[in-house]
Amino acid sequence: MPWVYIEESQGAPVTVGLEVLSKARSLGEPTVVYVGEGSDAAFATLGAHGAAKVLHITPPAGMLGTAQVAATIAELIAAHSPGVLLLGMTYGARDVAGRLSARTGGTVLANAIDVSLDGGVSAVNEVFGGAKLVTTRVTGPGTPLVLVRPKSFPAEPSGGDVPPIESVPLADAGHAGSARVTGTHTEKAAGPKLEDAAIVVAGGRGLGKEEAFGMVEELADLLGGATGATRAIVDSGWVPYAKQVGQTGKTVKPDVYIACGISGAMQHLVGMKDSSTIIAINKDEEAPIFAVADLGIVGDVHKVLPQVIEALKGR
Amino acid sequence: MKVAVCVKQIPDPASDYQLDPEDHTLVRPNEQVLDDTDRYGVEVALQMAERHEGTVTLISMGPSGNLQGVRQALAMGADKAVLVDDPSLKGADSLTTARVLAAAIEREGFDLVIAGTESTDGYSGVVPQQVAELLSVPALTYAIAIEYADGTVRIKRQTATGYDEVESETPVLVSVTSGVVEPRYPTFKGIMQAKSKPVDTLTAADLGVDGSVGQQVTAVDVSPARAAGEKVEDDGEAYLRIITALEEAKVI
Repeated sequence: MPWVYIEESQGAPVTVGLEVLSKARSLGEPTVVYVGEGSDAAFATLGAHGAAKVLHITPPAGMLGTAQVAATIAELIAAHSPGVLLLGMTYGARDVAGRLSARTGGTVLANAIDVSLDGGVSAVNEVFGGAKLVTTRVTGPGTPLVLVRPKSFPAEPSGGDVPPIESVPLADAGHAGSARVTGTHTEKAAGPKLEDAAIVVAGGRGLGKEEAFGMVEELADLLGGATGATRAIVDSGWVPYAKQVGQTGKTVKPDVYIACGISGAMQHLVGMKDSSTIIAINKDEEAPIFAVADLGIVGDVHKVLPQVIEALKGR
Repeated sequence: MKVAVCVKQIPDPASDYQLDPEDHTLVRPNEQVLDDTDRYGVEVALQMAERHEGTVTLISMGPSGNLQGVRQALAMGADKAVLVDDPSLKGADSLTTARVLAAAIEREGFDLVIAGTESTDGYSGVVPQQVAELLSVPALTYAIAIEYADGTVRIKRQTATGYDEVESETPVLVSVTSGVVEPRYPTFKGIMQAKSKPVDTLTAADLGVDGSVGQQVTAVDVSPARAAGEKVEDDGEAYLRIITALEEAKVI
């Protein structure tokens, strides 16, 4: 029977967790390992998405907690030997999966976009910026751990009842579990959420300077979309980290993705290449972004973007 | 302070990557470069060592080749390198990689371990956490800023909505994003010195690590291609094509 790891965020199960749970229903009767405060509403959401049982772990207050959570799940795995543990690929899930595999000896398959239990656990992931699909089967001992990329499966309720909830005591992780959280900062965001927006306008290093991101914001605003960014300009401090699209960052699948001055590093492509329509503007005609773009404009983003903005204002 | 920093030599990302037709592992040429994301880890390690009377040891696994990538990191200022090069580790999964790195780090001794968030070629993104677990230390992950004082490391940890402030006493592992610092360029003097810095080459057996692999590639398929895109040279009117595309997508 498949197990699914789901974290809580702002009182509710994270979306990618519900996506993976929806997929897990096709693999068997899912047991959810739920990490968070928990509530009737949260448990009802898990049941509605197909959880047959919930093992509830409350993380330690004021602590990073990933080591304790991993130690706790390791004990559960030792007691129940599930066939697979699926995890939606969040920051926390990566931390827990890594620690868990080191503890249990189980193999981790990361960046999965599909998973199968036929003839052992196997997963599909994309390499070379999505040009090739690699299927990997777990041959090692222990319960395999599969980290699934966001938006690989739709989150679909099945109308299930509230499942039985078993509260699991937290295991001790010693010094490994001693990291404390002393502050939390949430960046203010206007407009639609980046992960849910129907239109995303994103900027990269080709914008040349921080001020040029203003054009990206203006176009997103005109289209009622969200802004996104590459790791390069996030790391340069032009835009907040919450805007980052890519491997370490958000995965988006909007109706339209407009890439402005983005070369198309692998890191970025995995986060946006499944958008329905991709429009790219870049000076370098060899830029990899053009390999995934439905419409590629080889030109100066500083000339083309203002023209698009003016044309839209005139409508 | 003893700082160990995990680095990886990878095929030049500007080159075409190839998979071995036999075992589907990445083909690694003799000349490999330092993974760009590791330059940030090396810089963090150097700054920590410079401010807190420390030493920096590079820890790496993979075919040595001509050592170009490791020499790049030594030229930035690292004191020495430990490279685990063993044919039995070809195609190693993340856990085996972590076991090798953790064993090498333990052999050298450490107060602080620095690693990039993920490699550019493999990008599983779980090796730092596995290493931390094997070393029984906290993992302060996805650091966008780091500082150290009186035995405590404090970082800003990237989250989906912003960042958290997280801290822990040493020994500790920190995984860094590429925004954490501005990496230095090697000086001419650094490049010359790098040639004579010690590079220890070890096998898996030297570290007592079993190089078994827990996964096997069973198929490699070409991704279903997107509808053939169109590439247009801007002649001053290309913006009209964008407007048309937006109309066709029914978003305006």
